[in-house]
Amino acid sequence: MTDAGKTPAAPEWPLFEVFIRSRAGLEHKHVGSLHAADARMAIEHARDVYTRRQEGVSIWVVPSAQIIASDPEEADALFEPARDKVYRHPTFYAIPDEVKNL
Amino acid sequence: MYTQALDTHGKEPVVAAAGESAAHANRFQSRVDADEKIEPKDWMPDAYRQTLIRQISQHAHSEIVGMLPEGNWITRAPSLRRKAVLIAKVQDEGGHGMYLYSAAETLGVTRDQLFEQLLSGVAKYSSIFNYPTLTWADVGAIGWLVDGAAIMNQIPICRCSYGPYARAMVRICKEESFHQRQGFEIMLTLAQGTPAQRSMAQEALNRWWWPSIMMFGPSDADSKHTAQSMRWKIKRFSNDELRQKFIDVTVPQAHFLGLTIPDAQLRWDEATQHYSGGPIDWSEFNAVLKGNGPCNRERLQARRTAWEAGRWVREAASAHALKLAERTTEAA
Repeated sequence: MTDAGKTPAAPEWPLFEVFIRSRAGLEHKHVGSLHAADARMAIEHARDVYTRRQEGVSIWVVPSAQIIASDPEEADALFEPARDKVYRHPTFYAIPDEVKNL
Repeated sequence: MYTQALDTHGKEPVVAAAGESAAHANRFQSRVDADEKIEPKDWMPDAYRQTLIRQISQHAHSEIVGMLPEGNWITRAPSLRRKAVLIAKVQDEGGHGMYLYSAAETLGVTRDQLFEQLLSGVAKYSSIFNYPTLTWADVGAIGWLVDGAAIMNQIPICRCSYGPYARAMVRICKEESFHQRQGFEIMLTLAQGTPAQRSMAQEALNRWWWPSIMMFGPSDADSKHTAQSMRWKIKRFSNDELRQKFIDVTVPQAHFLGLTIPDAQLRWDEATQHYSGGPIDWSEFNAVLKGNGPCNRERLQARRTAWEAGRWVREAASAHALKLAERTTEAA
């Protein structure tokens, strides 16, 4: 019988967020996260975990602790100002149908 | 791969934790009602969080333990093609476990805590993996029936209210279809083979049919978490609805194989336009859940041994990473 089930002696490997570029010309997109001892291993694990079916041609990994995110509680304050500015969209402007190439 | 109705065992969720305001709770429920997704940093009731942690981690454990019954046949696969396919499938199960563990971690639990719950026997996993794989045909039956049942269970979870779980499930479902098809292909090859191969396929169906049917969890009358999970849109269909759907699509597939479903009372009901079968022996399901299935102890022991045997690798990798980081700092 082993001592499994007890708290492990070593701290767990840090968490990395994984971003994959699915093909040249497209942006990297967040796909998930994984644990690795360092960035090099995170890239290797990301290859195995997230690209088993040719899902990517390029991988970014970022330590999760380094991500700075906006606070959902402040979402209204951040995004509300854009809500009443529909004039930023082309469909706001009424143009007669017979006018072409606009 | 494989969930059974994973919310069926474990602690009762608390209704509302102290300090949760009714305003928050109402706003949360109306977001869920409007089919908005809940994301990790959003406010959520503690009971919702705990239910998800339990369900997602049990699902992850099921993927990881699920590698064992099939892994048993990798070295004995009947051809190089079958072997390559089986390795790919088992590797997918490992990958599915990884997606799900990271989805669970977004709810504030650590990977080590999750492993500890599995290895100490506190956490549950799908009881189907406590059955042994006695012949090669079992590998076919698992892909066809167990993965088939899992797909039936998992497709609705792609629309789960919790974003990270739903996204992991979309990825998993995309990969799952190959698992079921390769299993059916194994069954088809055996069913069209020699009399000995045919009877091997039939015996595998006899072994896996009832456990697969039970993967959907207790019947609705005995399912205590269903109502709340439906209100939270963690669950979309009841256990019995999903089980019926699975039986309806699977019986004709067995007919195509020329195999017999091991249920003497199974018949097509013209009135309901569904198959109806004999009663399920829940005492067996409960015995396996309680730890008395054929392989419960063996499965957990295999995971504990893997965790312990890998300890030096984890420690060496951490030491190496530390050393490299120190070197980089010195060089700078």
